[in-house]
Amino acid sequence: MLCDLPAHELTRLLKARQVSALEILEDSLKRIDQVDGRPGTLTPGEITAEDQCKVHAFITLTAERARAQAQAVDDKIAAGEDPGALAGAPVTIKDIFTVAGVPSTAASRILANFIAPYSATPVVRMEQAGALVLGKVNLDEFTYGSSTESSAFQPSTRNPWNTERVPGGSSGGSAAAVAAGEGALSLGTDTAGSIRQPAAFCGVVGMKPTYGRVSRYGLIAFGSSLDCPGPLARNVRDAAQMLQVIAGRDRRDSTSANRPVEDYLAGLEGGVKGLRIGLSPDYFRITFPDPANGEYIQQPLPQEIEAAVLRAAQVYASLGAEIVEDVPMPNTRYGIPAYFVISRVEAASNLHRYDGVKYGYRTPKPQTDLRQLYRASRAEGFGRQPKLRILMGMYVSAAQYSAQYYQRALRVRTLIRSDFEQAFDSANPRRIDLLLTPTTPTTAFPMGAVYGDSVLMQYADQLTVPANHAGTPGLSIPAGLAADGLPLGIQLLGADFSEALLLRAARAYEAATASQPSEGYKKK
Amino acid sequence: MTKYEAVIGLETHIQLNTTSKIFCVCKADSWNDPPNTNICPVCTGLPGVLPVLNQRVVEKALLLAVAMHAEIQPESYFDRKNYFYPDLPKGYQITQYDRPIALGGWLDVPVPASPAGGAYIRRVGIAKLHMEEDAGKTRNAGHLRQIDFNRCGVPLIEMVTNPDLRTAAEAAQYLTRLRQLLRWIGVSEADMEKGHLRCDANVSIRPAGSQVLNPKTEIKNVNAIDAVREAIEKEFERQVREVEAGHRIEAWTLDWDEEAQVLRKMRSKETEADYRYFREPDLLPVCLTQAQIDAAAQEMPERPLDRRARFMETYQLPEYDAEILTAERQLSDFFEAAATAYGDEPKKVSNWMMNEVLRMLNEQGLTAGELRLQPAHLAEIIQLVDDGAVNAATGKALLAKVQQSGRSPAQVVADEGLARVSDDSAIRAVVEAVLSESPKEVESYRAGKVTLIGWFVGQVMRRMGGKADPALARSILEELLR
Repeated sequence: MLCDLPAHELTRLLKARQVSALEILEDSLKRIDQVDGRPGTLTPGEITAEDQCKVHAFITLTAERARAQAQAVDDKIAAGEDPGALAGAPVTIKDIFTVAGVPSTAASRILANFIAPYSATPVVRMEQAGALVLGKVNLDEFTYGSSTESSAFQPSTRNPWNTERVPGGSSGGSAAAVAAGEGALSLGTDTAGSIRQPAAFCGVVGMKPTYGRVSRYGLIAFGSSLDCPGPLARNVRDAAQMLQVIAGRDRRDSTSANRPVEDYLAGLEGGVKGLRIGLSPDYFRITFPDPANGEYIQQPLPQEIEAAVLRAAQVYASLGAEIVEDVPMPNTRYGIPAYFVISRVEAASNLHRYDGVKYGYRTPKPQTDLRQLYRASRAEGFGRQPKLRILMGMYVSAAQYSAQYYQRALRVRTLIRSDFEQAFDSANPRRIDLLLTPTTPTTAFPMGAVYGDSVLMQYADQLTVPANHAGTPGLSIPAGLAADGLPLGIQLLGADFSEALLLRAARAYEAATASQPSEGYKKK
Repeated sequence: MTKYEAVIGLETHIQLNTTSKIFCVCKADSWNDPPNTNICPVCTGLPGVLPVLNQRVVEKALLLAVAMHAEIQPESYFDRKNYFYPDLPKGYQITQYDRPIALGGWLDVPVPASPAGGAYIRRVGIAKLHMEEDAGKTRNAGHLRQIDFNRCGVPLIEMVTNPDLRTAAEAAQYLTRLRQLLRWIGVSEADMEKGHLRCDANVSIRPAGSQVLNPKTEIKNVNAIDAVREAIEKEFERQVREVEAGHRIEAWTLDWDEEAQVLRKMRSKETEADYRYFREPDLLPVCLTQAQIDAAAQEMPERPLDRRARFMETYQLPEYDAEILTAERQLSDFFEAAATAYGDEPKKVSNWMMNEVLRMLNEQGLTAGELRLQPAHLAEIIQLVDDGAVNAATGKALLAKVQQSGRSPAQVVADEGLARVSDDSAIRAVVEAVLSESPKEVESYRAGKVTLIGWFVGQVMRRMGGKADPALARSILEELLR
């Protein structure tokens, strides 16, 4: 089916007038109809056996809007105009971005009825490049989670490789939609690994660019200093093409980088010959404090996860890269605690605006006192994850605790950044160009297994969160299947604005191994 | 009996007169605009939007910092001040906190003589100066709260003084001089009635001469300089009464009720909120280059009090004249240009300014910068009167005609035939006519009532439309009446 082809291939066929955008769209809609099941809603009722074998990527399907876009692309081609770099590519948008005139829910009851009058900058850029926006896909409520299960819109997304498993999160709907062939590309966000982890779980490519490379305008904020929009795709070239379109300075986001965007496609096939690719022992174990006594416990990664990375290192070595072992990244273990503090302080503040006064959910019970109106609306409108994060964020930013927690976390963040700066420092004789690591400590976990144990779920982000602290780019690419039949992901981390290099190295691995994009969804 | 002195610090909020708001492109000034008409997703805090700093706000803050002799910080930051209120749509205010754009500084405030003592200068220290966004307005209408977001994101400078003021009169003088300075350097309209300049006053008392700082109360919601004076005076008296009665002063926040002219307790300070400040991650640090700081120093005009002193020194003006002529920058520019064009006797120019030009400005509701009458025109008119080309009354009338028409004084004189008549024969003819028509007065004069000469001159002048040279008319009259 057309929907299993790479986005760049679809655009090529379209420009060669071998298919029309409407044909591509209808094929995607058919796939969605076949595999997605009912969209997430606030009132799901019972989750049936039928529900349990569907993907449920979507919250809102915008088929008619997409048809109008497809028609516009076809009209441009008929008129001999350039339809754009993503022409005819069916895409999905994580429902944390605003799309003008379409509900932007953040997977929360509190925003369930919110329709923004503006589109997020990356969405605008994709639409201007001719992409067909199929709709908004599910996520953990306000992106707070690693499994998509905390969405207020149920049934939540399931992993297309095995619908008993989670798709990861928070960009779970994005990764699942791409893996299942519902849309070739998806726009996600990554605050601690929320693009890379679901990409690994669903066997697709997911990239977190350098902080500021892609505008955050229209992204409903979680941890504003960590949030990065980025692409999910079934292959590296598609990810590169999508990043090419969405990257670049945006005058609506003053933290967007004022620096020209490189050509990510030109050198994509350039290979890795002569590159120094590092391996770090700090990325081959999970370190976390014992909840009983606070002492750090070190746990090695499952053997097959480590083996996948070492296989990749071997592939790179055989392609002419130099493998540098024992790269010290000593502050990796503090990534999660520092992230807990920083992200929750920012999250609690970012959630202040949802007070039931101007838009969004307001308690239907009549209130006479303003404070009571706030309390009731927020108590009823927010799910458990936002409430936990507000509580912790308020606590650690209180005047009497701020120095002890928040200010300290900021200093830890500087240390994590210095790990990367030293590793990539050209003056360092052991400097590396890229760091090769596992993306996640496990493959996709069973539905319901970790939800509720928020601490353990957060430690699953230990290998991805350092890049968010440092603001540096990273990507996850598929690296085969584990014994349980689920995809494994490997991660490449680079220095600031090294996206072109990361994509080139990812493409070299992809070309040398599978040489085929993942097969996508298989019905049980 | 113990004599007490007040210890007063003022916290002012100054609305900058930028065209657009601090973080979006909405119109900043909404005076007289209907509620919720100058708003957008950014200033109403819709999900996903981001603030972008208006560089004009930084420039104006910088200029004010220079004017206050403050230490400009090459790197400053915005923070979030978190609290819930319906007119604060993001649930936090973006403001500067521990790293503001400027620290320190001072303003010299001349305090005029009063029954309590002679005139002196009070130097008021500035603790800090920072940029922030304004919140909206809440209005209670019966059981409804109505919210106007127009004011959300209007740029403000918050400027806090040290506790250096000692009387309510000094506080009022400080505000008067601050208002003058703000308008002078063009950063704010500083209209207190429109809320462009808002003031909270911190007041405590102590025995005169003591150096201790006692618990203070904070007076909010005072929006006129007289009201600040009145409220501080009342609070000073209340604290003296309390202390005399053996009570402790508690750290209350007080609200000034303008209508009833009384202070009401709003809340106890102990319940003050924790705003959980942290750096605003959506904005970059404000980094000022030396070139920007130098440019602000370059742009800084002579300060009003410096100019006042110079006018007294250079032009030998009395303090009274210098004060009035430097009340407003364009007025002082006008005077200086006119005095330069005129050449000598600046006091004469000052007299014309104080009497004629200011009356014209008041009557027409104009500022000096809006006049069609140019400083060179004023100098020319004074010169015409000096030369006897027109008489003084005609000179004053000329001011109005030049202002009205925009023509030069010489042109108006030529066009309207206003030149003074110095022709002996022309005046002699009128004098003869007046004398022949007034036989009774002629008789009285000749009988010795010589004071009637004034009446005769007046008759001649009236007939000649004021253009006659009065001295010449008088000598002809005296000659013919002899």
